[in-house]
Amino acid sequence: MRILFLMSSVPDTTSKINFTDNNTKFDESGIQYVINPHDEFGLTKAMQIKEKTGAELVVLNVGTAKTEPVIRKVLAIGADKAVRIDADPLDSYFTAVQIAHYINNHDEFDLIIAGKESLDYNGGMVHGLVAGMTGKHFINAVIGLELKDNNAVEVAREIDGGKEFIETSLPLIIGGQKGLVKEEELRIPNMRGIMMARKKPLEVLPAVEATVKTKIDKFEKPAPKGAIKLVDKDNLDQLIDLLHNEAKVI
Amino acid sequence: MSILIYAEQQNGKVAKSAKELASYAKAYADKTGQDVVAVGAGLEDADSLFQYGVSKVLNVNDETLKTFNAFAHAQMVAQAADQQGSGLILISDSNDAVYMGSILADKLEAGYVSHVIGLPEDGGNFTVKRKVFSNKGIAYTEVLSDKKLLRLAKNSFGIIENPVSGSVEDFKPEIDKSVYETYKITKVDKATGKVSLSDADIIVSAGRGLKGPENWGMIEELAEVLGAATACSKPVADIGWRPHTEHVGQTGKQVAPNLYIAIGISGAIQHLAGVNGSKNMLVINNDPEAPFFKAADYGVVGDAFEVVPNLIEKLKAFKNQ
Repeated sequence: MRILFLMSSVPDTTSKINFTDNNTKFDESGIQYVINPHDEFGLTKAMQIKEKTGAELVVLNVGTAKTEPVIRKVLAIGADKAVRIDADPLDSYFTAVQIAHYINNHDEFDLIIAGKESLDYNGGMVHGLVAGMTGKHFINAVIGLELKDNNAVEVAREIDGGKEFIETSLPLIIGGQKGLVKEEELRIPNMRGIMMARKKPLEVLPAVEATVKTKIDKFEKPAPKGAIKLVDKDNLDQLIDLLHNEAKVI
Repeated sequence: MSILIYAEQQNGKVAKSAKELASYAKAYADKTGQDVVAVGAGLEDADSLFQYGVSKVLNVNDETLKTFNAFAHAQMVAQAADQQGSGLILISDSNDAVYMGSILADKLEAGYVSHVIGLPEDGGNFTVKRKVFSNKGIAYTEVLSDKKLLRLAKNSFGIIENPVSGSVEDFKPEIDKSVYETYKITKVDKATGKVSLSDADIIVSAGRGLKGPENWGMIEELAEVLGAATACSKPVADIGWRPHTEHVGQTGKQVAPNLYIAIGISGAIQHLAGVNGSKNMLVINNDPEAPFFKAADYGVVGDAFEVVPNLIEKLKAFKNQ
């Protein structure tokens, strides 16, 4: 069995977000990069399947050399090999073309695991675009997955107000999130893993030619919030008045 | 030329999100001399969309299609777009629409933008503002393709009444229904009766400051008085005080209600990432240094066990006026 883990490298949550070059670029100075939080649940699930079935686990990232330290963390957690497609992920369509090309030109992957959305550009669309470009099955917002016999797979997806259980078959692409595994099951690299990761292959491939369908012209920061209105705990009438007459929410 | 919106339904009734899509579409349609057309399946009150500027509703009455399937509905919307010659298609950010969206984008070969928060900008090219970096930034994103697919951030544009006369058509697209077999729904677990987090206008949320699961009665009572949904912070979901479905935050749900009330929640960045789309935030916390007070619109410093019951009484009196 072959599993492909699609990894995004994103700024860590506590990062201060700033823009430079006249607000046309994200300011990377001082930013710590991490494995995209939604992806982490999929990675741990992939490792659980690998340990149970002996599956081969490959991690793929579309990025510049700057993403390699984060890719190595995935190798340290237990992936067998890594592939970096050497390109700036210019937009979701461009990124999907790169990934689909890799998938279509290598030995079949049974399970392709992405995170639901990356927390930098919040596109949440590369996985579905790749499904369209490769013709593989696809389910998004996946909060549970059980492999069954004969390539069948039972998937739970999050729906508004609950969850839906779907039976489908491999090969399958999923956009995963918390629930695929529990928070406490998340794997982190240990010393042994980090040592072993150094010997694992990290292949760098050139990008294939592709256009973009969108581009960011400029950034701005959201308007700063006004000062908070504090209401005395003994004067809740004033709070109700503010919520009713000012905010107009009750 | 028409702008096409994908109208969802809940139990046959047009979803609130469809009214917001219609409002956005109508505002842009008026600027550009276009019509607004809606497409959906099983919309029993399809004509309610006329109130929001939709002049034609393509309503699919086929029983199979009334059940959401991302691939079937992507085919449905693509065919409607083709039939209407629509260059701009709008979807909501419900779980279903997000699932369908990228499949639809691929079918239409459309440039696709998510978390859109404003109408297309005035000027030569087609550019929209969208939220990036988990709401810590805004990107002016230009769509370069002919067909354009926008996913609107919930509760960012608003619902605006702009009545027009309209018609409802019995739409019969050619759908490959084998997708319902490929993705066979075996079970649906849905909390009935309770207000869902994604639809709620008001959310009452609580965290570790409540000290134990046995203390949530007042949270549920406050929610009931306000007709609100209940939510919680990650730590209390992780230790099992509240169900994971209530967890709001970076790896939990993203919510965008008109009012988010946070009780006994300090306001860690990961939590704020899930709630900073809210129109208004009220924080009730004993600790005046709690980071949440820097992010909120309204605040009460005090013991939740005093403030919340007090607030419930006063709200009941207010509602009885």
